[in-house]
Amino acid sequence: MLKPKRRRLYLVIVSGLCLSAAVGLTLAAFSSSLTYFLSPRQVAAQHPAPGMSFRLGGIVQAGTVQTTLAGQTPTTHFAVTDGRAAVPVVFTGVLPDLFREGQGVVAIGAMGGDGVFHADEVLAKHGAAYMPKDVEQSLKEAGKWDPKFGPPPPASTWNDMKVGS
Amino acid sequence: MIPELGHFALACAVALAFAQGVVGIFGPSLRDARALYATPLLALSHFTAIGLAFLALVWSGVVSDFTVENIADFSSSAVPLLYRITGVWGNHDGSILLWCLILSLCGAAVAVAGGGLPASLRARVLGVLGLVSGGFLLFTLTVSNPFTRIWPPPLEGAGINPILQDPGLAFHPPVLYTGYVGFSVAFAFAIAALIEGRIDAAWGRWVRPWALISWCFLTGGIALGSWWSYYTLGWGGYWFWDPVENAALLPWLTGTALLHCAIVVEKRESLKAWTVLLAIATFSLSLSGTFLVRSGILNSVHSFAAAPDQGLFILALLGLTIGGSLLLFAIRAPVLAATGIYAPISRESALVLNNVFLCAIAAVVFTGTLYPPFANLLFGIQLSVGAPFFNQTVLPLTAPIILAMGVGPMLPWKRADLLPALHRLWLAGAAALLVFAVLTASRHVIAALGLAGGAWVVISALIDLFRRRFSTLSRSALGAALGHIGFGVTVLGIAGMTLAVQKVVVLQPGQSTTLGGYTWTLQDIHDAPGPNYTQRVADIVLSEDGAPFLTLHPSRRFFAAQKVITNDAAIHTNGFQDIYAVFADEPATGGAELRLNRHPMAPEIWFGGLIMALGGFVSLSDRRLRVGAPARRRKPEGAVA
Repeated sequence: MLKPKRRRLYLVIVSGLCLSAAVGLTLAAFSSSLTYFLSPRQVAAQHPAPGMSFRLGGIVQAGTVQTTLAGQTPTTHFAVTDGRAAVPVVFTGVLPDLFREGQGVVAIGAMGGDGVFHADEVLAKHGAAYMPKDVEQSLKEAGKWDPKFGPPPPASTWNDMKVGS
Repeated sequence: MIPELGHFALACAVALAFAQGVVGIFGPSLRDARALYATPLLALSHFTAIGLAFLALVWSGVVSDFTVENIADFSSSAVPLLYRITGVWGNHDGSILLWCLILSLCGAAVAVAGGGLPASLRARVLGVLGLVSGGFLLFTLTVSNPFTRIWPPPLEGAGINPILQDPGLAFHPPVLYTGYVGFSVAFAFAIAALIEGRIDAAWGRWVRPWALISWCFLTGGIALGSWWSYYTLGWGGYWFWDPVENAALLPWLTGTALLHCAIVVEKRESLKAWTVLLAIATFSLSLSGTFLVRSGILNSVHSFAAAPDQGLFILALLGLTIGGSLLLFAIRAPVLAATGIYAPISRESALVLNNVFLCAIAAVVFTGTLYPPFANLLFGIQLSVGAPFFNQTVLPLTAPIILAMGVGPMLPWKRADLLPALHRLWLAGAAALLVFAVLTASRHVIAALGLAGGAWVVISALIDLFRRRFSTLSRSALGAALGHIGFGVTVLGIAGMTLAVQKVVVLQPGQSTTLGGYTWTLQDIHDAPGPNYTQRVADIVLSEDGAPFLTLHPSRRFFAAQKVITNDAAIHTNGFQDIYAVFADEPATGGAELRLNRHPMAPEIWFGGLIMALGGFVSLSDRRLRVGAPARRRKPEGAVA
C-alpha cells in the first residue's frame, strides 16, 4: 500500500497531465478551427485569404438568385449584401425552406480563388420575422437598421435594397 | 377561472417552497422534532400546489383558452390534442413551469421514499430542494408568468411552431428535464452532507440511485433529442455541437463521472470531497444549461426570445445557487476525510482515471461553448466554435476512456495486477485489431479507429459478464456492463456514420439516379391530406441489381397558419443501416429536388443510448441499492400530466 502523500502525488500528476493535454488540444483547435463572422463590407475591406473558413452573413440580394443544374445536381448562385457591399456566393445542395430574396442568411464556407464565396452550408432560420443575431449586428453597423427604432423592416422591402443605396 | 386558480396555486407553491427551505435547513439544528416531521409534508403540499398550477395550464391549452397569452401565442384550436398538451411546455414560460414541477416532484419523491434516511438528513435535503425550487418559482411568478392574460382574446391562437409538432419532440423536454432536475437530489444530498459535515458509505448508497435515475433520463433525453434532429432537420446530422446540445452533454459528462465515483464512496469511503464537488458541478451545469440557453444568453436555435430583466433575474439566481454551494464546499470540504487507501493500479484508480478524462472533456466542451459569447462581450469579435473544434478536442480525449473502459471493470478493488486483466481481454483486443486492419485497408482511418474502439468496449464488457457467470451476477454489475455495452454500441454507430454517402439531385418523375449501390427512381409526386397541414409526397423506389425492394415516401408539409414548410424525411432502417430520403424542394423547372442518404450503422447511435439507459435501470433494480435507498417511486409524471 502506498502512503497517502505518495498517492496524492500520483493523482496530481495524472490530473495535471490530462489537464495539460486538454489545454493543448483546446489551444491547437482554437488556432485552426475558430470560425469568424464577417459581413460583406468586411469581406470587401479585408479580402480574407482563399480557403480560410468563415461565416458570411447578410441579406440575400434581390434579383441575384439563380439555380442551374449540373447533371442532376442543383447549384445556386446568389449574392449576400449588407447594403454597403455584396459578395457573390455559390452553393451546391439543398437550401433551407426560408431561403429567399430579402431573407437574412448565414453562409459557412470560404472564398475561392475566383472571388466567389463557396458555401458548404447555408442557414436561414425558421420564422419569417427572425433575423440572425450576427446579421442584425452587421446591418446595424452598416447603418441599415437599428433595433432601437423598432422591429426589422419587413423582408419584402429588403428586396429593393441595392448595393450602396 | 381555471387559469386564475392555477395562478393562485403557483403563488401558494412559492410560499410553501420557501417554508420547506427554511424549516428544512434550520429546523434540524434547532433540534425541534416538529421541523423534522413538517418538511416532508411541506414538500408534498408544495408538489401538489405546482401540480395543480400545471394542470390548470394544461387545461387552458386543451380547451384552447386564448385569454391566456401563453396559449394564444403558442397554440391554436386546429392543433391536434396531443400537441395542444405538449405545446404547453414548448415555450419559455411553460417550460420553466414544467422544470419547477419536476423539481418539486423530486422533493416529493424524497419525502415519500426517504423513510430510511436519518430524519435530520432528510429534512436538510428537502430544505435545499425547497430553497432552489422557491427561487425559480419566484422567477416564474414574477417575470415569466405562464398565466398572464390578454384582453381582448384573439379569435384564434398563433399555433404551434410546426417543427415542434412531432412525437419525438413532444416527449423530449420532459425526459430531458427529468434528467437535468433529477441531479438536484444528488446536489441537495451533497449540500446537506456539507452542512452536517459527514459523509460515509451509507451516504454514497443513498445518493447513487438518485444520480443513476437522473442519468438514465438524461441519457434518454439526449438520445431522443439527437434522434429528433436526425429525422426532422432533414440532412441526416445527429449532433451539431450546438450550445443547447452541449448544455445537455455537460451535465451528462459530469453526471457520468459522479455515478462512477459515488461507487468509490460507497465501497471504499474514498474520494468524498471530489464526489460532493461533482454533485454540485453537475447540478450547476444542469441549471446554467437550462437557463442560459432558454434565456437566449447563448445564441442557439433552441433559444426562446426573452426580455433582459429575465436574464438578470436568472443570472442572479444562478450566481446565488452555484456561488453559495461552492462557498459552502470551500469552507466545509476539509472536514470530509478519506479513509480507504488504494494502489495506483486498482479499480479505484481506474475510476479516478475515468473521472479525470470525463471532466477534461467537460472542461473542453465548456470552453468551446462559452468562448464565443464571452469573446463577443469582452473583445467585440463575432466568432463561432463549430464541430471541427469539438471533434479535434473531444475525440482524442475519448480514446483513453475507451481503452480504460475495457480494463477497468476487470480490476479488483484496492490493489490489482494489469497483466491478468489484459490476459482475459485478448479476444476483445484481437477483434478490435482485426476490425482496424480490415478498415484501414480500405482507407477509412477515422471509421476504423471508431469501430475498433466500439468493438473493444462491447466485447470486453461481454467477457466481463461471462467471467462473472450469470448465476452469481448482481444486477448492478449487469447494469454496469450493459451501460458499457451501450456506450460501445453508440461509438460503433458514430464511427459507422463517418462512412455515410449522400447526394442531392433534381429528378423528373420517371428518372433515376444511383447512390451507395442502389438505384433510386422518382416514380410520382402527389398531394396528400393532413390534420392542420397539406402535403406533397414523393414516391421513390429503390432497387438493387434491377430488383425493386423498397418504396420511400418523403413529403413536404405546408402549414397554412404559420406559412411554414417542413420536410418530413422518409427513413427505412434494417437495424444496421438507414436509407434516408428528403423531399427538399419542387424547383420551378418541375420534378423534385431530393436529398438521398445511405447511413451505415446509424441506428446504433440511439440504440446504444437506449441500452445505456436500460443498463441504468437494471442497476437501479439491484436489491442492495434498494435497502434503505429511495429509488422506487419516481416516474416522469410531468410527461403524462
